[in-house]
Amino acid sequence: MLIGLFNYWIVIILMMIGLYIVIAHGNLIKKIIGLTIFQTSVFIFYISIAKVDGGTAPILADGITQYSNPLPHVLILTAIVVGIATTALGLSLVVRIKETYHSIEEEEIQQQDNEEQQSKNKAEESA
Amino acid sequence: MITHLPILQVIVPLMSAPICLLLNRAKLVWLFSLLASGLAFVISILLLQQVMISGVISYELGGWQAPWGIEYRIDKLNAFLLLIISGISTVVLVAAQTSIEKEIPKDKHTYFYVLYLLSLTGMLGIVATGDAFNVFVFLEISSLSAYALIAMGQKRQALWASYQYLIMGTIGATFILIAIGLMYQMTGTLNMQDLSHRLPEVAQTRTVFVSFAFLIVGVCLKLAMFPLHLWLPNAYAYAPSIVTAFFAATATKVAVYLLIRFTFSIFGFSFSFATIPLQTLFMALGLIGIFIASATAIYQNNVKHIFAYSSIAQIGYMIVGFSLSTAAGLTATLLHMFNHALMKGAIFLALAAVIYRIGNVELNNLRGLGRQMPLTMAAIVTGGLSLIGVPLTVGFVSKWYLLTALVEQGWWPVAVLILLGSMLAVIYVWRIVEVAYFKAPLDENIKVKEAPVSFLIPIWTLVIANIYFGIDTRLSVQVAQGAAQSLFGVSP
Amino acid sequence: MIDIVLLTFLIIIAVAIIRTKDSFAVVMLAGIYGLLSASFFVAMDAVDVAFTEAAVGAGISTLLMLVVISMTGRKEKPTRHKPLPALFIVIITGGLLIYGTLDMPHFGSEDAPIHNHTSPRYINDSMQEIGIPNIVTSVLASYRAFDTFGEVVVIFTAGIGVLTLLSVARTKNNDDEIESINDSMHRQHLVIRIVAKMLIPFIFLFALYVQFHGDFGPGGGFQAGVIFASAIILYAMLFGLVTARKVINQTFIQFIAALGVLIYGSVGAVSLMNGGNFLDYNVLSSNPITGQHLGILIIEWGVGCTVASVMVVIFFNFAGRRERKQHKKPSQDKESPIC
Repeated sequence: MLIGLFNYWIVIILMMIGLYIVIAHGNLIKKIIGLTIFQTSVFIFYISIAKVDGGTAPILADGITQYSNPLPHVLILTAIVVGIATTALGLSLVVRIKETYHSIEEEEIQQQDNEEQQSKNKAEESA
Repeated sequence: MITHLPILQVIVPLMSAPICLLLNRAKLVWLFSLLASGLAFVISILLLQQVMISGVISYELGGWQAPWGIEYRIDKLNAFLLLIISGISTVVLVAAQTSIEKEIPKDKHTYFYVLYLLSLTGMLGIVATGDAFNVFVFLEISSLSAYALIAMGQKRQALWASYQYLIMGTIGATFILIAIGLMYQMTGTLNMQDLSHRLPEVAQTRTVFVSFAFLIVGVCLKLAMFPLHLWLPNAYAYAPSIVTAFFAATATKVAVYLLIRFTFSIFGFSFSFATIPLQTLFMALGLIGIFIASATAIYQNNVKHIFAYSSIAQIGYMIVGFSLSTAAGLTATLLHMFNHALMKGAIFLALAAVIYRIGNVELNNLRGLGRQMPLTMAAIVTGGLSLIGVPLTVGFVSKWYLLTALVEQGWWPVAVLILLGSMLAVIYVWRIVEVAYFKAPLDENIKVKEAPVSFLIPIWTLVIANIYFGIDTRLSVQVAQGAAQSLFGVSP
Repeated sequence: MIDIVLLTFLIIIAVAIIRTKDSFAVVMLAGIYGLLSASFFVAMDAVDVAFTEAAVGAGISTLLMLVVISMTGRKEKPTRHKPLPALFIVIITGGLLIYGTLDMPHFGSEDAPIHNHTSPRYINDSMQEIGIPNIVTSVLASYRAFDTFGEVVVIFTAGIGVLTLLSVARTKNNDDEIESINDSMHRQHLVIRIVAKMLIPFIFLFALYVQFHGDFGPGGGFQAGVIFASAIILYAMLFGLVTARKVINQTFIQFIAALGVLIYGSVGAVSLMNGGNFLDYNVLSSNPITGQHLGILIIEWGVGCTVASVMVVIFFNFAGRRERKQHKKPSQDKESPIC
C-alpha cells in the first residue's frame, strides 16, 4: 500500500541531501550547489504530484482525454527561474568575497572577521 | 482608475524600476523614485480609506475569477501594512541622495534606486496578494533586491553578511515553497480565501500539519525570530545606511504580516492554536528573544549593531502579542509594527546622518556629538525613549496595549518579564546618551557640523510622528483594532 | 518504473557531490543532476519544465559555476565540517516530511484533490477561453500571467544585482590589453571558430522557433531567451569578450532588459485603459480569442527580451571580472576550463 508513496520518499531524501550540503559544507560554491540541489528536489516534488496515471503532457490533442495537471508545471517554471536568479546572485557574491577575503571557505572568512574585530576592540581599549 | 487601486499600488513602483534604469541620471533617478514611492504612499492612503469605509476589496488579475486566476485582496490588515511600507519608503528616500553620495560609488547610483524600488515592489506585492504562490514570487523579488542592496555596503563584511542572508533567506523561501506545495496538494487551490474554506476539511491530516510547520519555520527565518535571527545583525550593520533604515523599519514587518496572514486567515485561528501548541512555543521564544537580544545589544560597540539587536528584541514583543491569540494581543502586535517602523526609521536615518558627517558609528566616536549635532542626536534619543516605552512616545502606546492584553488573559508573570525586558533597553540607550552628551569630543579642534537639511526633514518627520501618534492614538489604534477584530471574525 | 530508476540515479549523483572535493567535478556532477531531473520531468509529462530545467540546470548554471571556479580555484579545503548538527537538522526535517507524506494522496492517483478542483477548468475550457493547445502556456501567460510578470521581474532584479556586484568601469586602455591576451588565447581555436560562425545563425533561428512555438508545443519566451543568449555567449567565448561587447554593448543590453519588463507591463496598462483589469487580454481586441493571442504573443516577447539580455549581462560581467583578474595576474589560472 505504501508503495504509492515511495516516490515521494526518494524525493525527500534528495531534498535532505541538498540541505545537508548547505549546512555542513564550508566551501561557498558547494553551499550554493547544495542549495540548487535542495531547490531542484522541491521542483521534482511538485512535478511528481502533478502526474496522473495514464495521463499525457498537457498539450491538447485529439483523442486524448487524460492529461497531467498543468498548474504545478507552471509554478515550477517560475520557480526554476527564481532558482537561477538566486544562483547567479549568490555566485557573484562568491566572486566578490574571493576578491576581498582571498578565500571561499566559511571558516577562514569568519576567522578574518573575528581577528579584525578583536584588533579593533584592543585599539579601543588602549585609547 | 479608483477600482484599479490595488494593482496600481504594486505596479507603480514596479514599472518605475526599469524606467529608472533607462533614465540613468543620478539626480533624475532619485527624483523619479521619490515620485513613484510617494505615489504608492498616496495610493495606500486611498486604499486604507476605502477599506475602512466599504470593507474588503477584491481585484481579479487578468480578469480571471479566483481561484483560477490570481486575486489581490485588500482588507484592513494589509491596507495598514501597505501604508506603513510605502510611507516609510518615501520618507527614507528623501534622504537617500545625500546619504549614498558618500557611501556608494557614483556609477552604481542608478542601480541602487532600481533595486530599492524593486525591493519596495516585492514587499508591497507580498502584502497585497491573495494568492499563496504569488507570495513566493514577490518574496523572491524583495529578497534578491535586498541581498544586492546589502552587498553595496562599504566594508567587505557587507558581502559576507549578504551571502549568509542569501543562504538563510533561500532556505526559508524554499521551506515556504514546500509548505505551499503541501497545502496545494491537499486542497487543489492556491487562493488564500479558497484555502481557508478547504483546509478545515483536511485539517486533521498529517500532511497539513507538516505544511503548517514548514510554513512557520520558513517565515520565522525571514522574520529573524529568535533562534533563527543570526543573519540579521550583520546584514543591518554593514548595509548602506539608507538600506538599513528602510529594511529595519519595514522588512521584518512584512514577515510578521505573513505569519499573521497564514495562521489567522488561512489555517484559521482554531487550527493554529488549538491543534498545535503554538501559544506556549511562541510566547517562550518571544520572551527569550527579548532578553537575549537586549542583553547582547548592551555589549555592542557599534551603534548600528546595538539597534540591530534591539530590532530582534522588538520582534520578540510582536511575537508575544501574537502568541496570545486574542484580538487584544493582535492589536498590540499590529500597533507595535506601526510604532516600531516609526522608531527604527527615525533612529537609523539619524545614524545615516552621523555616518554622513563622521564616517562611522562606533560608540567611541560619538563622544560629544550631542552638542555638535544636537538635532540628530535628539532624534536618536527620542527614538531610544520610544524603544524603552516612555509615556508620550509611540513605544508607550504599544507596550501599554501589550500589557493590558497580557493582564486580561491573566498572564501576570509575562507582563512583569516584559517590563524587565524594557529595563534592558534603558541600559543600551543610556550608553549612547552617556557617550554623546557627557563625554568630551575626542578632538576638540575637529568641528562636526549638524546634518544637512535633506536628512533633518525626514528624520524629524518621523520623530514628530513618534510623538504625535504617542499622544493622539485614535487613528493607529482604530485601524489596528479593526484589523485584529476582523481576523477574529468580530465586526468592530 | 523509469521514474524510480531516474530518482535512484539522482540520489547516487547527490551522494557523489557530497563526497567529491574537486569543485570542477562537483560542478559537472551538478550539471548531470540538472540534466537527469530534466529527464525525470519528461517522464512526468512536464515537457515545458524539462526544457527549461535542461537549459538552466545543465546549461546556464553549470557555465556560471565554471567561470566562478576558474577564478576561485577548484580545491575544496578539508575544513572541519560540522556534520553532526547538520545531520541532526536534516534528520528532523526529513523525518517530519516523511511523516507528512503518510496522509498524502498516492503518487499518480486520479482522485487527488489537485486534479479535481482548479485544474479541470484549465484542461477543459482553456481551448474556448484562450484558444491555444498548450495548456501550460495558457495558464502561464493568461490565467496566472501575473506570476509570470513577477518571474520576469525576478530575473531583471538578478541582472541588476549582478551588475551592481560585478560591473567594472571600462577604460579603452584596459580593453586593448585584454584584447591582446584574448587574441593569443583564441588563435588556436580556428576550426571551432569557423564551425561556430556557421552554427550561430541556426541557434538564433531555433530561438525564434521556440519563441513562436510556445503556443503549440513546449517552448516560449523564457526558453527562447536562454537559447538566444547562449548563441551570444558562444560567440563571446570563441571570439573574446571585447569583440562581443563591441557587437553588443552593455548599455544596449541593459536597455533591452528594462524594455522587456516594460513591454510586459504595458500590455497590462493597455488592458486597464481598455476598461479591463490588469493583464486582461480579452479587451485587447474586439474578439476575446484574438485578444488572448495578441496578449500572449506580446508578453512572451517581453519575457524573451528580458531573459536573453539578463543572461548575457550575467555572463559578460562574470567573464569580465575573470579577464580583468587574469590580466592583473597573468601567471595564475592558466588551465581554466572554459577556454
